[in-house]
Amino acid sequence: MSTDSTGPTGSPGSTPAASTPGRSTPGSGNGAELIRFDKVTKRFGSNTVLDDLDFTVAPGKHVTLIGPSGSGKTTILRLLMTLVKPDEGTIRVDGEYLTHEEKGGRLVPAGEKHTREIRKKIGMVFQQFNLFPNMKVLQNITEAPVHVLGLGRDEAEERARELVELVGLTECLDRYPTQLSGGQQQRVAIARALAMRPQVLLLDEVTSALDPELVAGVLDLLRDIAHTTDITMLCVTHEMGFARDISDDVLMFDAGRVIESGPPEKIFSEPENERTREFLSAVL
Amino acid sequence: MTAELWEAIFKGIWITVQLTVYSAALGAVVAFAVGTARTSRHWILRFLSGFYVAVFRGTSALVFMFWLFFVVPLAFGWQFVPMWAATLALGLTYGAYGAEIVRGGIAAVAPAQREAGIALSFTPWQRMRRIILPQAVPEMLPPFNNLLIELLKGTALVSLLGIPDISFEAQLARLATGQSTTIYLAILGMYFVLAFLLTRVMRLLERRAKAGIGQAPPKSGGILGKLRIEETERSTKAGLAGGAQ
Ligand SMILES: Nc1ncnc2c1ncn2[C@@H]1O[C@H](COP(=O)(O)OP(=O)(O)OP(=O)(O)O)[C@@H](O)[C@H]1O
Ligand SMILES: [Mg+2]
Repeated sequence: MSTDSTGPTGSPGSTPAASTPGRSTPGSGNGAELIRFDKVTKRFGSNTVLDDLDFTVAPGKHVTLIGPSGSGKTTILRLLMTLVKPDEGTIRVDGEYLTHEEKGGRLVPAGEKHTREIRKKIGMVFQQFNLFPNMKVLQNITEAPVHVLGLGRDEAEERARELVELVGLTECLDRYPTQLSGGQQQRVAIARALAMRPQVLLLDEVTSALDPELVAGVLDLLRDIAHTTDITMLCVTHEMGFARDISDDVLMFDAGRVIESGPPEKIFSEPENERTREFLSAVL
Repeated sequence: MTAELWEAIFKGIWITVQLTVYSAALGAVVAFAVGTARTSRHWILRFLSGFYVAVFRGTSALVFMFWLFFVVPLAFGWQFVPMWAATLALGLTYGAYGAEIVRGGIAAVAPAQREAGIALSFTPWQRMRRIILPQAVPEMLPPFNNLLIELLKGTALVSLLGIPDISFEAQLARLATGQSTTIYLAILGMYFVLAFLLTRVMRLLERRAKAGIGQAPPKSGGILGKLRIEETERSTKAGLAGGAQ
């Protein structure tokens, strides 16, 4: 099963500033793809969660993964974040292998250091925020830029202040995460991920742990980020309206495979696959 | 009881306090080194640290102390100062118990915290030092307090090496005067006061540590404690009011 979400087909009208074609790709990668899954298989025990999966994401694109519970959407994001390792196949980010290294012409499992370097290109926002409770908001955002990227403290703080303004939490810089609402925590988590200036942002159901009245605010923020930056996004969401707004491509998963893909207006309005139709009629 | 005997007992308190502090310092270093090694991703570190804990928990501090004091000189022709033999034996033994507390505290930190650390590309050591340990330490302090009190009482073992701690001096005083009741009642009281002071110090540390991770300090008596609570409540309220604008 091969699904190509890249290419000149791009996205028509409904996503205004989403595609910024002139974007140059840093790194050694092939300009046409930032993420590439090659025959990736992931099993948990006897349960094959991803089955020989191929897909690519072009730089700057916003791709939404949809599908029934247990279809492997989270697993894809966790593979990219190297929180789990693939059993078979390879993943490349910006042209470089994520969990493998080329040694003497052969692919061998990569050391922690190699993986960590590639991983710096990827940021993730979690469903449960996962802020560091032992640090105030400002430090949550500056900690990794200072200690991982080696930024000076002043520069990191300036970056953090800009981001906190973007997510609308200027007055919360000096609080601990426990003193914030869920929506506020998730905004901080978004700022924290962006502070690393990743090329790819992974979003796993980032609003599903929020009280209903807080969801819209966070989604608006993400829309804003999607439309004003050229960051590549891979998101899992049950918010179909949001998916329609920001996506260049939608991938429909079932049982560890991509069963249908295409621009949102096609998938949401005239899905071809029977399973996609069933799934959408259940969630829409 | 003569004044000299009382004076000797009070000097003994000082020895006991010194032994407790030195062994606790050594024990804390051992506990953190061995406890974090037990969670390492390198099997050799996990194995060695597991072995250490098994050995030092499974043998007796007293016998180890005798070994250091009586066997090492025979084997190496070199004699430990009694205080250092005692500190080493107590520190290494109680460090093994402490390592289990450290390991448990680390294991109790939500796995999601580790994942958040990975997602930000921290190295394993940075994750431990900046994310995991700061959250685990406040949880370790109450069991550390218990262990510390055990250690305080365990220092009485050193009287068997002839180190003049409280128990040793009490024994001498009893032999000299025969006033067992008075002397042992006094000694009991002294250990109690020392243990009580240790607990106060540990409580203070615990409250500080909890405040440092944004948790409200547990309510408990003491003027100091009350002042502290009011202080944090006020700043929290001020913060929330600021946020509501
Ligand atoms: N650590 C794990 N150990 C064992 N099985 C796992 C583990 N993580 C995921 N799975 C299994 O893998 C399958 C896919 O899980 P995944 O979380 O990727 O699904 P999902 O598409 O994100 O579902 P949802 O929409 O409910 O979040 C499920 O059957 C799940 O039980
Ligand atoms: Mg999921």
